[in-house]
Amino acid sequence: MTDLTDAVSDAAISTAAATRIIVDDVTKRFTLRHSRALKELVVWTLRGRKESLTNEFVALSDVSFRIDDGETVALLGLNGSGKSTLLKLISGVMRPDAGRVLVRGNVAGLIEVGAGFHPDLTGRENVYLNGAILGMSEQQITDRFADIVAFSEISEFIDTEVKFYSSGMFLRLAFSVAVHTEPDIFLVDEILAVGDEPFQRKCLAKIRELKAAGHALVIVSHDLDMVARLCERGILLEQGKIIVDGPVDTAVAEMRSRF
Amino acid sequence: MLVRLRHVTTLLPEGFVEPGRGAGLLDVLRRRYLAKLLVRKELRVRYQGSVLGLLWSYLKPAVQFVVFYFAIGIFLGLSRNIDDFAVYLFSGIVAINYFSEAFGNATRSIVGNGALVKKIYLPRELFPVASLWVAVVHFFPQLLVLVVGALIAGWRPSVLQLGAGALGFLIVTVFSLGLGLLFGAINVVFRDAENFVDLILMVATWTSPVLYFWTNVTDALGTGPLWWLYQANPLTAAVELFHLCFWFPATDQTSPAVPHLGLVGIGALLLSCLVLLLGQATFRRLDGRFAQEL
Repeated sequence: MTDLTDAVSDAAISTAAATRIIVDDVTKRFTLRHSRALKELVVWTLRGRKESLTNEFVALSDVSFRIDDGETVALLGLNGSGKSTLLKLISGVMRPDAGRVLVRGNVAGLIEVGAGFHPDLTGRENVYLNGAILGMSEQQITDRFADIVAFSEISEFIDTEVKFYSSGMFLRLAFSVAVHTEPDIFLVDEILAVGDEPFQRKCLAKIRELKAAGHALVIVSHDLDMVARLCERGILLEQGKIIVDGPVDTAVAEMRSRF
Repeated sequence: MLVRLRHVTTLLPEGFVEPGRGAGLLDVLRRRYLAKLLVRKELRVRYQGSVLGLLWSYLKPAVQFVVFYFAIGIFLGLSRNIDDFAVYLFSGIVAINYFSEAFGNATRSIVGNGALVKKIYLPRELFPVASLWVAVVHFFPQLLVLVVGALIAGWRPSVLQLGAGALGFLIVTVFSLGLGLLFGAINVVFRDAENFVDLILMVATWTSPVLYFWTNVTDALGTGPLWWLYQANPLTAAVELFHLCFWFPATDQTSPAVPHLGLVGIGALLLSCLVLLLGQATFRRLDGRFAQEL
């Protein structure tokens, strides 16, 4: 188990050129609001604001680590341990309540398959829309369009509306667009579970390619064998706290022994 | 090596940024291409499977116009008092419709794009701006109809009068974007905002001189503080500027002009800019909570 906490506190002062992601004492709480209707707020105020209107739930507490270029990190843990929240903080979808998250370069996330795809648009239109959402310029998308379609292997359906796609075709296109944004930081959340085996192998090969090219990868998956093969570092989370941060085999072994 | 970024309180290592903290509306300028695609998507999706398609954007104001023309113009007799009442009526309707669509859709834009807001970070101001842009796309065909109608009535505008129309358009644009950002953000936390906005849109047609003449208001309120309050509504200024641009030059130009309209127009633009600043500030304050509230 490697303790990176000390390294992180120094991160603000001296930053090695290779660092891509800094997560520094990050805490994220969720307030589960019982009601958002004005009427109930008024009733609650008139009653003297007795009972708490919200429940608080700590998704991450004091999480710190750094990720360098070319590192492939698996985030492990049970459902609700804070893995996906951590990815959302790194991608900027959410902001931490305490501590800070810093990134260098552009981030592309496959937080959920095909977020940003619209069922009524064709595959081609969705490639452009999703590419632009992930930060590509029109020229970049046009240049890479052929590669994106070739990788997805659905070229004959590219001008069909996406609502007629099978979930596998959908995934292929979504994944293909995301990897072709050539992000400095690539976040993958549990998407490799979908798709048939040949396509999965292709995705893994592409991920290794990105890794070899020096991109930082953060992968959330419950497929322990797959992440053990793909990643060299594992971070195990339990109830929002880091239990293990070290070689992936150590993290996977700890995960298996605990749960 | 340390650099001091926009957020003066935090020191960031060089080259690093805090994900999820954008530059607000400025980011929308940087991502024009994405904004364009979002607009195209919106237009495609809205008329998907509809036979009449974009024609609906002509049909709705046309029906509205016919109803108002007969109810207010003929039955209540306003067409007898106002020259070219049809042009008068339509120039006001066009301004209010533009406002209603821009403001109403911008208010719903964040919640409506919830799936995207929750999963991928992009400057969220894009959604209200795209709504505004869609409203502009629907505004121009109506404007064209208005111009044709005015020309038939003998429209000969001066450059200054055309400028008044442009100022009116600018006021509605800035005002509705500001309100759209404000209520779009609040709507994420309190869905009541949506209904409140519907209420505003319902009265908007009546709180500006669309269906009546400005002297009807001064006859009832006098020209004191209540009249100024009435005129403080940026939409009132915009509607009057539209009248000055599209209706007045089509008439025999003997109708009494609204006093100090230039001043009122500039004031309305300044007020709209303030609303935009307030909207952007509120939006940025609530932006960090969007993903978890949706």
